[in-house]
Amino acid sequence: MGAENEPAAKGVPPWWRDRRVLPWVVQAVVGLLVLLLIAFLLGNLVRNLTAAGLLLSWRWLNQPASFGIAETIIPFDATMPYWRGLAAGLANTLRAVLLGLVGATILGTLAGMASFSRNGLLRGIARVYVEVIRNIPLLLQLVFWYFVVFLALPNGAAAVQIPGVVLAKSGLYLAGFEEGVRWTVPHLVNNVWQAPLRVSVEFGALLTGLIIYSGAFIAEVVRGGIAAVPRGQWEAASSLGIGWLATLRWIVLPQALRVIVPGLNTQYISLAKNSSLAVAVGYTDLYSVAETTLNQTGRAVEVYLILLGAYLGLDLLISLLMNGLNRFVQIRER
Amino acid sequence: MAALLRRIRRELFPTRGDAVLSVALLGLITLAGFGFLHWALFQARWLVIQANATLFAVGRYPIEQQWRLWLLLWLLVAATGLSWGVLRSHPRRDRTGALWPRNDRLAAVLLGVVGLWVPWALGLDLSLQSRWWGLVILLLLVRWLAGRFGRRFGSLGPRLVALTWPVLYLLGMVLISGGLGLVSVSPSEWGGLLLTLLEASFAILLCFPLGVLLALGRRSELPLLRWGSVLYIEFIRGAPLITLLFLGQNILGFLLPGGLAPERVWRAAWVLTFFAAAYLAEAVRAGLAAVPGGQFEAARSLGLSYPQTLAKVVLPQAMRVALPAMVGQFISLLQDTTLLSLIGLMELLGTARTVMANPAFLGKNAEVYLTLAVLFWCCCAALGLGSRALERRLDPQTVPSST
Repeated sequence: MGAENEPAAKGVPPWWRDRRVLPWVVQAVVGLLVLLLIAFLLGNLVRNLTAAGLLLSWRWLNQPASFGIAETIIPFDATMPYWRGLAAGLANTLRAVLLGLVGATILGTLAGMASFSRNGLLRGIARVYVEVIRNIPLLLQLVFWYFVVFLALPNGAAAVQIPGVVLAKSGLYLAGFEEGVRWTVPHLVNNVWQAPLRVSVEFGALLTGLIIYSGAFIAEVVRGGIAAVPRGQWEAASSLGIGWLATLRWIVLPQALRVIVPGLNTQYISLAKNSSLAVAVGYTDLYSVAETTLNQTGRAVEVYLILLGAYLGLDLLISLLMNGLNRFVQIRER
Repeated sequence: MAALLRRIRRELFPTRGDAVLSVALLGLITLAGFGFLHWALFQARWLVIQANATLFAVGRYPIEQQWRLWLLLWLLVAATGLSWGVLRSHPRRDRTGALWPRNDRLAAVLLGVVGLWVPWALGLDLSLQSRWWGLVILLLLVRWLAGRFGRRFGSLGPRLVALTWPVLYLLGMVLISGGLGLVSVSPSEWGGLLLTLLEASFAILLCFPLGVLLALGRRSELPLLRWGSVLYIEFIRGAPLITLLFLGQNILGFLLPGGLAPERVWRAAWVLTFFAAAYLAEAVRAGLAAVPGGQFEAARSLGLSYPQTLAKVVLPQAMRVALPAMVGQFISLLQDTTLLSLIGLMELLGTARTVMANPAFLGKNAEVYLTLAVLFWCCCAALGLGSRALERRLDPQTVPSST
């Protein structure tokens, strides 16, 4: 900036080329335009909402919802108010996100580690898994799991039985402690499965789809992190006689985590947002409840604000936790 | 042969544990492969795809107007052949200079096989099948002609090619939607692959300038621009796409004066655009951050104005760095178009839903979803391949600086 002022003979530049004035002019113009646009949109919003008799109000939240939710963690029925329904939806979303995060992290880490295996076949499978899954839309995968796999499961004695787990069309049954003490495995009562833990096929399909989809992305993050660790570390460990798995577990992964954690943050947030696709497989998550609420009350703006707030809050929460983790895994210089 | 055996031994049986693992995995793969083949060849009823091929391709586009889409397809194929040939006829250091390098021969054979097999597998009329053969022949013919004679026009060739595509895009819009003397076809009648590609290409084209502006805004020294961009980017990235589509469908009508809100298809296209712009801005921002500050200062001290510095020095370097991330965003944008089926648009997945609701094809989910998956996989993988090829071409290690 100083260079322009140097030749005094040229005098002061005109104001439209003065670098002290120009930024403020640009900002004032842009700010004014944005303000005008916002005023225009809000004006329309208020006018149209008033005309429709839907001016912003939150009192409807206390009215009875009059719709049921098939599967909830917090008790809910049709006589309870809307806010309880939305809270039950949020709880369902949180459940899917939490289990999805755990599952996708395990699957992704395994697949990421497998792509550094000595075994060529294992490397190939990891590669194919990532390349296939990442190039197919998540929504398509979800409806595939739901309509093709989970809804095709047989009921009754023909159901798929793995020790401790039964997969049937009526739900997924897991072994667990009944009444806190007695270990119970799924069993048939009158040709209907009974078990301590039951989740719906909708939840099963959503969780499977989310875990397998996010797992592929996390595998890439983990692979990138491991690749960022210098080869010498592998070689040094190998010459010390440390095995492949032990090298990975104790030497490479702790160093790779520094690169992995920021990438994981992005993937976790997108998993949380992707969980809203549950509506396509009939699992009643927050978005699904919000849609029903909108159809019943017509309160588009309020419902939208709730949705936005909930998802932004969820993203923020994940980011905060991951930032804490990030500080934990960074190298501390002594 | 011995080398192959050694390689198999090294890759599959390095230790005893690995050998057991390999055998188990091979067994599983064989089992799954045979199971799948048995299903695909003997149990699956592919009639659901054959009978609805047109619906999947263009939705409910009026039959008497479909010649317009065919015309567009012929033009697109000719333009592709032209671009391909002209690019090959201009030798650069990263190429051997051969008119038909190995990859091109491979691509030509693949195109031939796909062009012959797909129409046959879809059970199309012989007249339609021959049309597809004609398209493949046209592509290879134009490719050959452009490669053979492209060099004679010097640098005019690439410029002409660069001009062809925007013109063709606008022409395609007119051909699809009508106007200029053509009967207008309302967007609610577009569907299938046509609508998917239209929405994706529209959003990709428009989100690009928007994303670059947002990225520049976020790195700007002017606080108002910076905070405005940050607010927009974080707001969009924090919300799932489906809630934004929800906003577009349910609230946009309230935000605009009555009757001004665009048609549902266009509304969704704009939502996709604004959504993708925020993600693209982050990719571009990473690219901008990778350009050393000295580049900017050097350009300024050479007397280039701010816009010139951006356009000629900073952005070209930033774009090269940002390219893989940007194409990644485009790929996920293409995948995100499936969400439009949730708000009732008849893109590929929406069309699939209506097809499977037809009592004649009830329960044929696996066939339909598998076909869509293959289709999406091919489109996305092709985009990824193209991005990697472009990356190699733009790499300063392989290309001499031409300017």
